Amino acid sequence: MVTDQKNKINKSDIHEHNHPSVITYFKVAMALILLTALEIVVFYFDWLRYGIIPVMAVLSIGKFAIVVMYYMHLKFDSKLFTYLFMAGLILAMVVILCLMALFGWFK
Amino acid sequence: MSDETTTGLNSRKILMWVFLGSDCMFFASLIGTYLIYKGMGASHPGPSDVFDIPTTSVSTFVLLMSSMSMVFAYAYLVRDNIKAFRIWMVSTIIMGATFLGFQIFEFSEFYFHDHLSPQTNLFGTTFYALTGTHGIHVTIGVVWLGIIFYSSLFRNSVSSKTNLDLDLAALYWHFVDIVWIVIFAVVYLFGTFRGFPS
Repeated sequence: MVTDQKNKINKSDIHEHNHPSVITYFKVAMALILLTALEIVVFYFDWLRYGIIPVMAVLSIGKFAIVVMYYMHLKFDSKLFTYLFMAGLILAMVVILCLMALFGWFK
Repeated sequence: MSDETTTGLNSRKILMWVFLGSDCMFFASLIGTYLIYKGMGASHPGPSDVFDIPTTSVSTFVLLMSSMSMVFAYAYLVRDNIKAFRIWMVSTIIMGATFLGFQIFEFSEFYFHDHLSPQTNLFGTTFYALTGTHGIHVTIGVVWLGIIFYSSLFRNSVSSKTNLDLDLAALYWHFVDIVWIVIFAVVYLFGTFRGFPS
């Protein structure tokens, strides 16, 4: 009985091992550095004017997605974790857009 | 006591993801407030008067590398390579502390050199509230990782069998990293971009 309970605890404590290899983690880090370097280079292109907003948005969303999918393992874990996080994230973006609309940012 | 739920998923991990989702909304309110208030009231000093992009780029690089170091520590722990796990944990803690050092340096430069305090103008108020809250998150992360590292020094207290403890701390650490990715682009790069028509 005690052994059964101990096994149950261990089963729940041992996390899934279908995660990427160290090499994949290193490649992801290199991709993050590259995207950050691109952000900084684009920052000095004054001629982009408002065009910098979509460019920077794509680069930042790319970095954000890579970290969440590979380093936080959402790509490999249960979809429920993705839904829980995305619910908060989507609400967060709606909050920012509503605040900006309320204070006349889009006029 | 078992952590298993009817979903078959660990309750502690579900709770962590719910917390991270709610923390997204917390930071969204701070970022939204910064965006709408930064241009109101006294205009100087403003973002382009105080921000130093090369310095902040270095601290951003350090935080990104700490995330890589964190996943290395996790990867070695699940392989039961405790020695490599400890090395990468120390590396992560050092990089986290270095990022905090950069932030303290930046805040002191703004305060003493540029005379920007939270009371100076709405930019100061919202900037310090946003980046200060992020800094507190990083501090909590460094302390949390420090506790796990300290525990690992004792026989069998940290192993592949208990890797969920590290997984939860790692999730928190990577979240702090992704929040900074947004802050760096929205606050620092957009704040000082010279191409916007005046």
